[in-house]
Amino acid sequence: MQNGDAMISALLSHDLPKSKVLAALLGLILLGLALAPFLFPGAAAINTAAKICIFIVLVASYDILLGYTGIVSFAHTMFFGIGGYGVGLSLYFLGATWPIVALGIVVALILGVALAFIIGLVSLRVKAIFFAMITLAVASAFLILATQLSALTGGEDGRSFRVPELIRPATKLLETPVFGLEITGRVAAYYLIFFAALALFLVALRLVNSCFGRVLQAIRENELRAEALGYRVVYYRTLASCLSAALAVAAGCLSALWLRYTGPETTLSFAIMLDVLLMVVIGGMGTLYGAVIGTTLFVLAQNYLQKLMGIASAATEGIPLLPRLLHPDRWLLLLGILFVLSVYFFPTGIAGRLAGPPRKEESQR
Amino acid sequence: MTDQAAPAPLIGPKRDLAPLLLPLAIAGFAFLLIGSPTTWLTLTLAALAMGMMVFVIASGLTLIFGLMDVINFGHGAFIAIGAYLAMAVLGPLAPWMQADSLTLNLAALFLAIIAAMLGTGVLGYAFERVLVRPVYGQHLKQILITMGGLIVVEQLLHVIFGGDQKTMALPTALRGAVLIGNVALEKYRLLAVAVGLLVFLVMQLTLNRTRIGLLIRAGVENAEMVEALGYRIRRLFVGVFIAGSALAGLGGVLWALYRETFTAAIGGDVVVLVFIVIIIGGLGSVGGCFLGAILVAMMANYTAFLAPKVALASSILLMVTILMWRPQGLYPVAKR
Repeated sequence: MQNGDAMISALLSHDLPKSKVLAALLGLILLGLALAPFLFPGAAAINTAAKICIFIVLVASYDILLGYTGIVSFAHTMFFGIGGYGVGLSLYFLGATWPIVALGIVVALILGVALAFIIGLVSLRVKAIFFAMITLAVASAFLILATQLSALTGGEDGRSFRVPELIRPATKLLETPVFGLEITGRVAAYYLIFFAALALFLVALRLVNSCFGRVLQAIRENELRAEALGYRVVYYRTLASCLSAALAVAAGCLSALWLRYTGPETTLSFAIMLDVLLMVVIGGMGTLYGAVIGTTLFVLAQNYLQKLMGIASAATEGIPLLPRLLHPDRWLLLLGILFVLSVYFFPTGIAGRLAGPPRKEESQR
Repeated sequence: MTDQAAPAPLIGPKRDLAPLLLPLAIAGFAFLLIGSPTTWLTLTLAALAMGMMVFVIASGLTLIFGLMDVINFGHGAFIAIGAYLAMAVLGPLAPWMQADSLTLNLAALFLAIIAAMLGTGVLGYAFERVLVRPVYGQHLKQILITMGGLIVVEQLLHVIFGGDQKTMALPTALRGAVLIGNVALEKYRLLAVAVGLLVFLVMQLTLNRTRIGLLIRAGVENAEMVEALGYRIRRLFVGVFIAGSALAGLGGVLWALYRETFTAAIGGDVVVLVFIVIIIGGLGSVGGCFLGAILVAMMANYTAFLAPKVALASSILLMVTILMWRPQGLYPVAKR
C-alpha cells in the first residue's frame, strides 16, 4: 500500500490535491472519463467526454502561461489550430496512415514552437499588456490567413478527412460486445484521446513542479526579484510560452483525430479563446487541477445548461425580458458573470477555494 | 550623441518629424504599384476615412492607458453599444433619413450620434466604477476583468436587441459618390474624414490649450507629481474614461454606417486594428495614435487592392517593422 501511494505521488509529481473534496472531485472526473463509453452510452455523451479530455490539455497548457507565468496570450487557439491543421491537412493530402499522423504532429510542433518563439522574442521583453495585444493581433491575422488560403485549408468550410483504419467508426475491433458496448473504432479513438490527454496532463504537471516551474512562479510574483536572483526573465518567459504552445499543438492534433475535421470555427476562432480563458479562470489560475475542474464544468454547462435554460425560458413565457434572458443562446451571459465574479472574489478559482482558505492577496503586475 | 552638446532648450521640445514622412512614403510607393491615379485617389480617400474612424475609437483608449496605466480590453463593447443605440434612435427617425434633404439627414444622424455618445459615456462611467476601479495597478486582472465585461455586454445586447444581424442604411443624401473629373469620392467617406478631423482638432485644442488638457498631459507624463501638486488624478481619469467611451460610441456609429450591417461582435474586428494602431503610435500618445491609424488604414486599403489575401497580415508586418525601428512606438510617451 505504501508503495502504491508513493507511485501515485510520483506520477502526480508530488503535487497532490490539497484537500479531500478536491481529490474526490478529481477522482470522480477521472473515473467518469475513463469509463465514459460504458457509463454514458450514446454519441453525444462520448463526444462531450472526448471534448473534455482534449480541452483539459489545452486549458492546462494555457494555465502554464496565465496562472504560472502571469502572462496573458490571446494566440493560444492559434497553436491549437496549428495542431489541428497539421494533422488534418497531412491526412487529407497524404492519406490515412499512422506515419502520416506522426509527420503531421512533428511538422505542427515545429511550426508552433517556432512561431511562439518569434512572438516571444518580439514582445515578451516588455509589459504583459503588450504581449496580450500583439498576440491578439497575430491570432486574428492567422485566422484570416487560414480562411483565405482556401486551396490549402479549405477556407471557411475547413477540411474533412479520413483517419487511420484503427480509429474509424466503422471498424469493429471485437466480435462480442463488452458490458453491452460494441467495441468500434470510435471507442478505440476515445481511449487513444483519453490516454494521450492523461499523459500530456501528467507532463504538464511535471513541468510546473520542476525547478523551471518554480522560477516561472517566482517571475509571476516578483519579476525584479527573480531577475536579481540571476534568472533571465525573458529566457524563462519565452521558454514557457514555447512549451505551452507545444502542449496546445498536441491538443489540436488530438482534436483533429477525434473530429475527423479541421476548420476555423472548431480550432481557431476567438470564441474558443474566450472559452479557454473562462475555463482557466473559473477553474482556478495557477493550479493545473483547476484546469480539470474548470473544463469539465464548462463543457458540461455548454452542453447541458442550454437545455436547462430552454426549459426555464419556456416556463417564464409571458414575463417581459426574462425569457430572453434565459434563452438557451444566452448561456455565455451567465458564465461571463461567473467569470467576472471569480476574478474578483476567488482569483484562485474553484480548485483554489476547495484547497483551503485563500492566501494573502498576491500582487500581480 | 556627445555630452558636450548644448543643453536642449527648456521650452519647446525638439519636433520629431521623421514619422510624418511615413504615410507620404507609403502613399507614394502604393501609387507606383497601383499605377492608375483615379484608383489610387479612391483608395487613399477610403484609407483616410477608415483611418479617421479607427482614430476616433483608438484615441480614447490610448489616453486611458497613458493616464492611469489601465488597458481596457472591453473597449469594443462601447463600439457595439454605440452602434445599437444609434440604430434604436434612427428607427423612429426613418422618415428623416429617407427624406431627400441633407439638413434633415444630418439632423437625424446628429441626434443618433448624440444619443450614442451620451449612452456610452454613462455606461463608461458605470464600467469604470464597477469593473476597472477595483483592479487598478494589476494588469493581469484588468485584462481578464475587462474581457469578462466585454462578454457580458455583448450577451446583454443580444438579450435586449435580439441576436440577429442588424442593418443600418445610409441616409439618402449621403449615398453614392461625387464625381470630380474621373475620380469618384464616396460622400459618406468624406463625412467620416470630416468628423475624424474635427475630433482630432478638438482633442488637440483641449489637450494643448486648456487647463484640463494641461493636467491630462502632465498626468500622462507623471501621475504622482500631479497628485502631489494637489489635483485629483482619479477624478481626471474618470473624466477621460467617460470621454474615451463616448468616442468609442461615436466610432461605433460611424463604423456601423460604413459597414451597413453589424452584430454585437462588431467591436471585435475593429479592436484588433485599434490595438495595432496604439502600439504603433506609442501607448499614451494621441499624435502617434492619429498617425498610426492613417498608416494602418493605408496599408489595409492598398493591400486589399493589391493582394487581398494578406490584408490583415500587412498590418502585422507594418507593426513589426515599426517596432524594430522604434520599440516604444512612433511617439513614445516619457517613462513608459
